[in-house]
Amino acid sequence: MGMTIAEKILAAHAGADTVKPGQYLWCKVDATSGHRLADLEALGVDRVWDPERVFMIDDHQAPPPTVAAANKVRELRRLIKKYDITNYFEYGRGGILHQVFAEHGMYAPGDLVAQCDSHSTAGGVFNACVTNANLDAVHVLAFGELWFRVPASVRVVLDGTLPAWCVGKDVILKVAGELGTDFGLYKSVEYVGPVAGQMSLAQRWTVSNMGVEVGAKFAIFEADEKTDAFLAGRLDRPYRHVTADPDAAYEAEYTFDLSDLTPMVARPGDPGNGVPVEGVKAERVKVDQAFLGSCTNARLEDLEVAARILAGREVHPDVRMLVSPSSQEVFGEALKAGYLETLVEAGALVEHSTCGPCYGGHLGVLGDGETCISSSNRNFRGRMGSPLADVWLASPATVAASAIAGEIVDPREYL
Amino acid sequence: METVRTGRVWKFGDRISTDFMVPGHRVLANPDLSSDEAAGFCMEANRPGWASEVRPGDILVAGINFGCGSSRNGSEPLKALGIAVVLAESISRIHLRNAVNTGLPTLVAPGIAGFVEEGQSLEVNIVTGEVKNLDTGALLQAEAWQEGTPPYEILMAGGLDAYMKAKLKERGLVAN
Repeated sequence: MGMTIAEKILAAHAGADTVKPGQYLWCKVDATSGHRLADLEALGVDRVWDPERVFMIDDHQAPPPTVAAANKVRELRRLIKKYDITNYFEYGRGGILHQVFAEHGMYAPGDLVAQCDSHSTAGGVFNACVTNANLDAVHVLAFGELWFRVPASVRVVLDGTLPAWCVGKDVILKVAGELGTDFGLYKSVEYVGPVAGQMSLAQRWTVSNMGVEVGAKFAIFEADEKTDAFLAGRLDRPYRHVTADPDAAYEAEYTFDLSDLTPMVARPGDPGNGVPVEGVKAERVKVDQAFLGSCTNARLEDLEVAARILAGREVHPDVRMLVSPSSQEVFGEALKAGYLETLVEAGALVEHSTCGPCYGGHLGVLGDGETCISSSNRNFRGRMGSPLADVWLASPATVAASAIAGEIVDPREYL
Repeated sequence: METVRTGRVWKFGDRISTDFMVPGHRVLANPDLSSDEAAGFCMEANRPGWASEVRPGDILVAGINFGCGSSRNGSEPLKALGIAVVLAESISRIHLRNAVNTGLPTLVAPGIAGFVEEGQSLEVNIVTGEVKNLDTGALLQAEAWQEGTPPYEILMAGGLDAYMKAKLKERGLVAN
């Protein structure tokens, strides 16, 4: 019996010829994040297994809004020095970790990475097994190893031709809306099919990023020339694309014909509440905040489409639009391309790259009774601040169009 | 680790996210909170006041995809509140792993949502996965961790910290 992409990668890292779903493995891990360095120190360990394969950044409360947060980062910087971590990205040279770590060569096809932060499934866009380790990231820091239960694999076939105005966000909101936010629970989800190839790397990245929103352990794409183009110059090691065997066993296969897809939004409460935005328009949902940011949708082409929509227009007087690029690199590119100028002229507030608003921590928290349309990933009650606020998830185009209209609208009317 | 645990049940619905257990604007934004202070905000958005009603030894029962969302350790406030066992129809991978590492017995128990009412008492064997409803006498089998697997070893050690200490000594990475 052949193996899926995840099975091949896990087998290779466990030194096994074959592996099967349900099997427990100890695997060598290619990289991790430094969030658990304090735990390592508390355990009395004075070195990490490989300082060059530990990446770290402070992105949640960045820069710190309180003395307590400042002291926490101060402590982090001490640990970074103590453990000789070179891949540390200071404010102004960083951004949101999933973007920044990729920009600095953390992920390559075939890699197995276990790092802190749930959106680590994002790394699956690079044809790699990238997932969350939280407390046990300290085990990786100490030993360079972690246990895994081999997940069953499922295939999602993205069929047809993606309409010009739809993007990866609309695809994942469609998939989560149809299959539910638990269809990938404890599974490796592999995205294949014509639309997977048509999508830009950035769009696939959104789909992998929200892999955790459908419960997935891994959310993997095959690699192609778009993958290689992004990685070129960012990696100093060879890699090989990993493909599934023709006779690999999938627990389930789901096919979506996306030729008729229209822009999607997820109603407040759950990322699986996806519906076509055209069906919501009649409800006249007033928007207080439009957020274009997060690790999910704040890459260069996300800022480009927002700038295209907002060019020569204005953010509605009752709306504040917050824009936070996914990294400083993206910020710089958007600056040079003129996108940020366009957004600022339209009345948007351009922030630095941060996780802050998405998790309700910093730089754009919602108050009681407010409504936000957001390009981020989660709309659980209380996610972006007040439990009495509503968060709708949408693509960057839908966020930008809604910011102009002051209510949730179909972006096709503005393109 | 105490193998058989008995307690009264609190019931929650489907998709209880870790954002509910560890609210970002309350806890992540305030890193100087103690564990007990942070636990006071547990489930604030979805069930205000619950954290102050929990008694040590209580059992939490939930529906599908318990602990979905962020990798925030939802087991930390639950443990701090004294929850002895968590049983759910299904549990997110990240949350389940956090639970093992925190040493809070947390079992996938298909059928549990219809098996017990809030306020009833359960007896749970956290090793075999046997669940008994002490009010109705009914039995349910939860998914037990297989003996010898890494999560079993970590849970039985009492959590990751104890497991790591033993392993570091074994490999000679720390002084005895």
